[in-house]
Amino acid sequence: MEQVLFRHNKPGRPVTFAEYCAEGGFAALHKALKELSPDDVQRAVIDSGLRGRGGAGFPTGKKWSFVPRDLPGPRYLICNCDEMEPGTYKDRALLEANPYSLVEGMVLAGYAIGVSHAFIFIRRGYELPAANLRHAIAEAKEAGLLGRNILGSGFSMEIDIHLSAGRYICGEETALMNALEGVRANPRAKPPFPAVKGLWGRPTVVNNVETLANVPYIVANGATRFKGLATTPEGSGMKLFCPSGHVRNTVCMELPLGMTLGEIIDGPCGGMLPGKKFKACIPGGASTPYFTADHFNVPMDFDAVAKAGSRLGTGGIVVFDEQTCMVGATLNLTQFFARESCGWCTPCREGLPYVREILTRIEAGGGEPEDIEILREHVHYLNYTFCALAPGAMGPVEGLLQLFEDEIREHITKRRCPFR
Amino acid sequence: MSNAPAEEITTEEVDLTAANHVIDKYLTLHGNLMPVLQGIQDEYGYVPRPAIDLVADRLNIYPSQIFGVLTFYAQFHLKPRGRFIIRVCVGTACHVQGASRIVETFFDKLHIGHAETTPDLRYTFEKVACLGACGMAPLAMVNDATYGKMTVQKVEEIIADYNQRPMK
Repeated sequence: MEQVLFRHNKPGRPVTFAEYCAEGGFAALHKALKELSPDDVQRAVIDSGLRGRGGAGFPTGKKWSFVPRDLPGPRYLICNCDEMEPGTYKDRALLEANPYSLVEGMVLAGYAIGVSHAFIFIRRGYELPAANLRHAIAEAKEAGLLGRNILGSGFSMEIDIHLSAGRYICGEETALMNALEGVRANPRAKPPFPAVKGLWGRPTVVNNVETLANVPYIVANGATRFKGLATTPEGSGMKLFCPSGHVRNTVCMELPLGMTLGEIIDGPCGGMLPGKKFKACIPGGASTPYFTADHFNVPMDFDAVAKAGSRLGTGGIVVFDEQTCMVGATLNLTQFFARESCGWCTPCREGLPYVREILTRIEAGGGEPEDIEILREHVHYLNYTFCALAPGAMGPVEGLLQLFEDEIREHITKRRCPFR
Repeated sequence: MSNAPAEEITTEEVDLTAANHVIDKYLTLHGNLMPVLQGIQDEYGYVPRPAIDLVADRLNIYPSQIFGVLTFYAQFHLKPRGRFIIRVCVGTACHVQGASRIVETFFDKLHIGHAETTPDLRYTFEKVACLGACGMAPLAMVNDATYGKMTVQKVEEIIADYNQRPMK
């Protein structure tokens, strides 16, 4: 199977600059700066159908095209490496193996949008990826692939690394910009969208690590080839999946978009751990509603997963066996989101702890039948919050209500958790 | 009416040389508050009150704004912390692999709870989510060292190991 992001990977160590270049790395950058206009690069990314890999799945080329063309003054590119979504470790895996495709992708993106100053916003705890990136940036500069007058083209761009001080909300793109500016990372109102008014009030594009790292392949090999990597006609490209929980292989893997959930779990994941039986999984990181064995034939691609009632999200698949209490798992997720609410808007700040208390009560055996209806109301009303954190937090709660209502009722009638 | 004085504001004796160096380094950078505070946190292991006043003074920002930032982000601490920061991940992948047992074992062995520090300032313990290495669940970290596939046995080994290590 052709690999895009993992094709340079070396076992147990990061690829070196020399190896990356020898294996065709930075060829896309040479090609773009010598033969292509910024519009050509943007067009290739639009045609490739590349969609944001950070969770929302917004078409990348389209996002770039929102940046006003003729506005004088600086504009910014930010790579979002604030990978805090429980169940997600793909960006870490990618950067620990190969930081160069991100650097190359960022220069290409910067060229396409007309950016001279880019940032990588990286979460705390990712010391090795940050070190790899610092190293890669220095090497690229040394080789004239970054900095002033790149490859003699007249195009100049710098990349700065910003270490996050740590908060889940920083992954939200407008909150991220506040964090970069050095204030509390509350989300901003949209519109104006970042492409028009972002970092320091300037046009700004925020893309995920995996998204940007795909750009060199698209520029080098063409949009059609990239699109053809997916197994479904509407899909486009490969995706990093990071399985965890009760399956055998819990390593990050690059698979074509459109493989079904069952194929992924029984194939590359190696099936369930010995003696364990599949019950459910989180398909795409903590904020996505659960899938069960009934969803094994769902192609893991943005639209197909959405049609099946969940979201592809980050590709973080957390697998639960039959001994897992789904109320307990949902409580665990809700504890995370309630703690990480930034407190800016009332429904999220007050609503999430309320949901957490109800789930705690049910899990402890003190739940009442009417709690189920209260949970349902919250799933509905917490869609009307300032940003996407609370709706995301309600993803697993919604999944719990839809797929495991019996399990909640069992907790309530038995007045204890049946899995303990 | 009680005549007890209002809660006293304690003034710490802190050598601010290192903090001044950090500020010097970032003085001209656009959006420098975050790297300055991160540098001070790294130097002192927490952000001492006198350093906050210094930053406010030198960067021309209200102390209240700085407090707003310090209390928002997980990295910053207003009190001294242990030499070894033990973090146990309780994210969902770790949760379903038995993270709570690992947490309980640390509580038992260290006699401290979440976000607490041992009186000898050797250990600070924190439950965190998510450390972004779900494939190695359940996961623990001591400072920058990662320990995957944690067991009760490994908890004892880690504590035995770090009990031996020097405090400086």
